[in-house]
Amino acid sequence: MGYTEFSEEQLMLRDMVREFATKEIEPLAAEIDESCEYPMENIKKMAELGLLGIPFPEKYGGAGMDTVSLALALEEIAKACGSTCLSIAAHISLCATPIYLFGTDEQKQKYLTPLAQGVSLGSFCLTEPGSGSDSGAMTTTATRDGDDYLLNGSKMYVTNAGVADTFVVFAKTSLDLGVKGISAFIVEKTTEGLVVGKKEDKLGVRASDTHPVNFDNCRVPKENLLGEESKGFAQAMVTLDGGRVGIGAMSIGLAQAAMEKAASYAQEREAFGRPIAGFQAIKWMIADMATEIHAGRLAVHHAARLRDSGAPYMKEAAMAKLYASEAAMRATKNAIQVFGGYGFTRDYPVERYWRDAKLTVIGEGTSEIQRLVISREILKELA
Amino acid sequence: MKIIVCMKQVPVQDSLLKITDDSRWVQEAELNYEINESDHYALETALLLKEEHGGEVVILTMGPRRVKEAIKQGLAKGADRALHINNESFTTLDIFINAKLLAAAIQQEEADLVLTGLQTDDYGFGQTGVILAEKLGLPHASIVMEILKQDGSIKVKREMESGWFQSVELPLPALLTIQSGISQIRYATIKGIMMAKKKEIKELSLSDLGLAEGDVDDSTSSLKFHKLYVPEKTKQAELLEGDPKDVAAQLVHKLKNEAKVF
Repeated sequence: MGYTEFSEEQLMLRDMVREFATKEIEPLAAEIDESCEYPMENIKKMAELGLLGIPFPEKYGGAGMDTVSLALALEEIAKACGSTCLSIAAHISLCATPIYLFGTDEQKQKYLTPLAQGVSLGSFCLTEPGSGSDSGAMTTTATRDGDDYLLNGSKMYVTNAGVADTFVVFAKTSLDLGVKGISAFIVEKTTEGLVVGKKEDKLGVRASDTHPVNFDNCRVPKENLLGEESKGFAQAMVTLDGGRVGIGAMSIGLAQAAMEKAASYAQEREAFGRPIAGFQAIKWMIADMATEIHAGRLAVHHAARLRDSGAPYMKEAAMAKLYASEAAMRATKNAIQVFGGYGFTRDYPVERYWRDAKLTVIGEGTSEIQRLVISREILKELA
Repeated sequence: MKIIVCMKQVPVQDSLLKITDDSRWVQEAELNYEINESDHYALETALLLKEEHGGEVVILTMGPRRVKEAIKQGLAKGADRALHINNESFTTLDIFINAKLLAAAIQQEEADLVLTGLQTDDYGFGQTGVILAEKLGLPHASIVMEILKQDGSIKVKREMESGWFQSVELPLPALLTIQSGISQIRYATIKGIMMAKKKEIKELSLSDLGLAEGDVDDSTSSLKFHKLYVPEKTKQAELLEGDPKDVAAQLVHKLKNEAKVF
């Protein structure tokens, strides 16, 4: 199957999500961006349609589809609303996925099934006030106490934290081993000592639910250790590889929305006696947007196809995320330029696309980290 | 209860129609298609009836290969199986022939209820359903907004003009044409999409329906296309001058007698 070919089910999924996003998500996007209100009603509707469990087996409440399908769906959702897309992407790629990849069958039955069905929502706690890209510098600890672990420390920028029932939390079980001392745990919202802090007031994806999460002698049973002790860093990296495909798809959705709005506005708006779409300066911006969206989309789908085939895809996922997110920054910035003064106001959605796109060059690995990952892989190949 | 839903695929509503070189039809190759709007409501009505009373929902459609896409959408939403009368030319045939084809397929099924959309978004004749009912010898009601199933019969609410409604009771089997906008149309679920490929789509040829080529071609169609053209735009302005009272009276006279708008 070529890079631009999709199965009948993938195309039906894309069309269904496009219809849902256009009718249900997009009409709320500006309002929830302003109010920062988490789109719970739409998330519940998406759960009923099966969208919260796209890449997981039916056995665990999922839809039994794949990463390409997830990318197609996330792009359509992002085109309508970046906040809604990020909420879903984090739930699927960052919380449900590590449980699926590293969890025991009991853990999957208990936690993955309700996550995939959308009965519960999920979060991923990696970043800390003092460590983002440098996860090895985390200070959250997990100390063994009988049959439990006691978690202590603070996590930041946790997407879905205020609405999540299940948290995948990374903490050091061995303080002096750097990244090799990190382990991952599944922590339930109701666990004593887990405290969700004040909601962040953000530049973009404002309706996604971002909070700090504090752990104060938070007692987690040893059954909730994800995989083995000290494997947490590797698990986080594998999780983020998959997450990057999702953020790449989100970037393309935002860029596509920006291009469509800019192209349509350019054909209506007149200056010097003709539509501004007739001017080369505008034409070239549209052409660049379209070309970069096309290239970014192919890169995202290629990484997704590699992941689905079981082939290594770390480098390709990093490339797709890097390119698509930076293309989204350019496309959304230029869409504002096409709109001129109108684009600078909140009366039109293009400034929102730009603010939302800014998340994509930071979240789930900054552009700088992507370049680090890509160059490390290339230098290894060419050594 | 076995319900047959007749669905048609029509060009998407904002399509830019281009006429073929011989001016007889539109260029189909450049068009995108969707399920006719009121047929969506017919399907939704059928699915709701099935949820409440059990039974089977069968989609019936005519047309070339592309209509499979519409069938799959219907199956993904919850219809149980589909019948596809594979015919390339039905879009230019008259309603009697189309109804004859549909009737031949329905007669093989023994349905309790046949639902169609009120009218199609392409021609907008609004006649296929009622002619089909006559061909099948079934009682029918058009512009239906609500259905209440009773023992061996149904009670329906029909939309009339000027905000009036009519309540009618029909024995089963019956045929109803369904009004748009009467319910919330469901989205296909992913589970439905994945299950759609396992559902039966039965291809029906003319011979399967006991018909021959000559029964359903242009020679037997009473609908003849002579010329299709885009309405010509003309600019004509008439300036009325004089005393405002006289001008107003002139304007009313012209609107009434020349433009005939009231």
